[in-house]
Amino acid sequence: MELILTKNFNLPESYTLQVYEKTGGYAALKKALGMKPEQVTEEVKGSGLRGRGGAGFPAGMKWSFVPKNTGKPVYLCVNADEGEPGTFKDRAILEKDPHRMIEGSLIAAYAIGAKTAYVYIRGEFDLPTRRLNAAVQEAYSKGYAGRNILGSGYDCDVFVHRGAGAYICGEETALLNSLEGNRGYPRIKPPFPAIEGLFKCPTVVNNVETLAAVPYIIEHGAAGYKKIGTEKSPGTKLFSVSGPVMHPGVYEVEMGYPMRKFLHEDVGWMRPGKVLKAVIPGGSSMPVLTAQEVEEVNLDYESIASKGSLLGSGGMIVLDEDTCMVWALENLAHFYSHESCGQCSPCREGTGWSYKILKRMVHGESKKEDIELLLDIGQKMAGKTICVLADSLSMPIASYIGKFRGEFEAHVKGNCSQCQKSR
Amino acid sequence: MPKVTIDGKEIEVPAGMNLIEAAKLAGASVPHYCYHPKLSIAGNCRICLVEIEKQPKLQIACNTKVAEGMVVRTTGPKVEEGRQSVLEFILVNHPIDCPVCDQAGECKLQQYYMQLDRKPSRMEEEKVQKDKAVKLGPNVMLDMERCILCSRCIRFCQEVAHQDELCFTQRGDHTELTTYPGRELKNPYSVNTVDICPVGALTSVDFRFKQRVWFLKTADTVCPGCSTGCNVRLWHNKGAAYRLTPRENEAVNQVWMCDEGRLTYKPVNAENRLRHPVVKRDGRNGKMRRDLAVAELKRSLEGVSGNAILGIGSAQFTNEANQAFLGFLKDILGVKDFVYHANEVANPSHDVFLISADKNPNRAGVEALGFKPLAEDRRYQVFFALGPLPFSKIQKIAFEKNRKVILLTTHEVPEIEYADFVFPTAAWAEDEGTYTNRQNRVQNIAPAFPPPGESLRVGQWMEEFDKAWRPALKGMTA
Repeated sequence: MELILTKNFNLPESYTLQVYEKTGGYAALKKALGMKPEQVTEEVKGSGLRGRGGAGFPAGMKWSFVPKNTGKPVYLCVNADEGEPGTFKDRAILEKDPHRMIEGSLIAAYAIGAKTAYVYIRGEFDLPTRRLNAAVQEAYSKGYAGRNILGSGYDCDVFVHRGAGAYICGEETALLNSLEGNRGYPRIKPPFPAIEGLFKCPTVVNNVETLAAVPYIIEHGAAGYKKIGTEKSPGTKLFSVSGPVMHPGVYEVEMGYPMRKFLHEDVGWMRPGKVLKAVIPGGSSMPVLTAQEVEEVNLDYESIASKGSLLGSGGMIVLDEDTCMVWALENLAHFYSHESCGQCSPCREGTGWSYKILKRMVHGESKKEDIELLLDIGQKMAGKTICVLADSLSMPIASYIGKFRGEFEAHVKGNCSQCQKSR
Repeated sequence: MPKVTIDGKEIEVPAGMNLIEAAKLAGASVPHYCYHPKLSIAGNCRICLVEIEKQPKLQIACNTKVAEGMVVRTTGPKVEEGRQSVLEFILVNHPIDCPVCDQAGECKLQQYYMQLDRKPSRMEEEKVQKDKAVKLGPNVMLDMERCILCSRCIRFCQEVAHQDELCFTQRGDHTELTTYPGRELKNPYSVNTVDICPVGALTSVDFRFKQRVWFLKTADTVCPGCSTGCNVRLWHNKGAAYRLTPRENEAVNQVWMCDEGRLTYKPVNAENRLRHPVVKRDGRNGKMRRDLAVAELKRSLEGVSGNAILGIGSAQFTNEANQAFLGFLKDILGVKDFVYHANEVANPSHDVFLISADKNPNRAGVEALGFKPLAEDRRYQVFFALGPLPFSKIQKIAFEKNRKVILLTTHEVPEIEYADFVFPTAAWAEDEGTYTNRQNRVQNIAPAFPPPGESLRVGQWMEEFDKAWRPALKGMTA
């Protein structure tokens, strides 16, 4: 398989402009600037590229929602606020090949008519920020960004903005609020950012990985990209694998690749003595897949959805038989209650309440009814809020209890084998 | 105008209207906390859930605009379950301290709990503890544990008072309302945040712990604090006023009023209210029965020509009071010259919204009745006046020897010692009639309770005077 996103990862100093140019970097930008903006959008639309931030919304479609001739400036925002537990694939791009994302961003900005691109980068990303800042400087110095890019007459500024540590600012409208200097609260939709986004102007928010795929699409055309992957999930996808596996790390995988094969051959399966129990396929908020289900799915949006989970961000968390699912869920509930922005009542109170119940449960201080109560809270907070943070806890609650109910019941009775093992 | 069906009722509603307002037109009420018709949409409390045909999830009514052919259900099991669960979440960390909460009786948490839930709490965990009795500013107290984080108060400061003073800090269920560092909640409209707070989080420093609201009765009246004439509700119990809250009048004050205006009820309850007529005899002031005082007044004015009397109306009194006063003095005493006095304040507060520099509720009214502005004039022997002293330039003259001062007023202020006759009069809260505001709108005020002691309304005093004078007049004409 031809690598698209990670092809330079193993080159020395892969993050420099010199290396990027040597491997054909910025040729796509030059090509795009010779096309009409609408053609660029059409090409990306035709490629079937889906947003890699987690939702999988078609990227070209998103671009085409930007209204023309509103008299307002248009903005591109690059979502580099990668914070979903288990997800570290954008970080790899930012550290190892930031120019690919910058090139993709400039192409996207050109396509939607934006003269300003903001990269909203997670505050904790120190090295990635330094690499990105250096790369932006390099791009400016070679005329890839700024005034009159490559003599085309097109101007585009790129600004890097560091977040301050809130997970919710990775939600695209909270990101916009944060970028404006406001509290990181997701906005009620409609209006959607394409119509009224940053500073009330039309705005496209794209994930780092999505944009990093754009130069390839422009170079090889929509058809070239569609050749890779499956019909409905074209292209390649990054997976960041963590857990007790032989080779945790970031992998570029062709969509539709069997998960079992991926885990066995690429990741090298489990560490000695560890037995696979479950996999969270796409970031911590996604419903969990059992070891059996792992055998049956392929790595694409549709196949994973058929098992009631979601591909999400590709943050793959592998859990072994020593992991207590109650403890795992408590850990997640702690995270989501801590990161709930506090705006909507069901999420603000529901995540905190769930965490407190789970905390009791972990410590063997719960009763049977608490399991039903948890399920009920999860179900009642889902789908009632401005963003999907409540759903992000609701889904694991339903799937962990649904698939590993026995462990929850054992905890209620105070005889969890995993926890006793760890003691 | 789009046609929508709400709870089976097809109605036409203005385009762009949200479903909470549209439901009102259809006779349905949708519960809400964060939504306020005068503020931007926050969409955070999530209790205004409604079911819209062809949409799988329940939608919040506040952020959904009507669309042609929309079919909405504001009741039904799905909606009720949705709202009930939202309410349960809102109550998770609420202290439920209704017995000691000032909001009890007018609390939306209580109201919706009784409507939607009525079940015991399933929450057994320790609640998040937050600060109690935080003074946000001179007029507003915060109980952070009761706050449901609806952000109405924050939006009010930003969007109505235009002074960004409040904000949230922290996150999740630890979110807290506070003022910006180094700032206070002290904009001139700050107490409106107490009114719009749907729960007991924000309470009025002035009103808290004074009365349980269910003991209070109300009178719909007009604020006497300035010439804006904000429509207000006076809350009272057992002859004492306790608070003023704004009443909706789109043309005058929308739904707001200023903090200064809220305190205009205070003088009504003051200790120094006049209760009896006071008459000066042999250089000494003494209380006197109503009828005797009137007879005494009549005697003292015998033989005084109308030309020697100056009638002084008041921009603090109603049109009806001034009219009755004018009528008696003109018709019975033959007075020709009428001026009015007004409450003139040095450096008055004012803004472009509700606070007028003119601190009189009825200047436009007295001027329309023909009263002239007060001017220095030594021609008169008798000064017959409505309202309290001092009345500026003329005061010195009036208090000269051999001149007489007759006052109809409300409070026992030091100056009344110089008056020859003082008749206790109903204050604004006890009076009825109209004020004409700065827009020339004539607005009703309503009495909350009877005036203290022997006090009468100005019109009633004039009737008393009339009764005393009539027989004599009859004798003259016979």
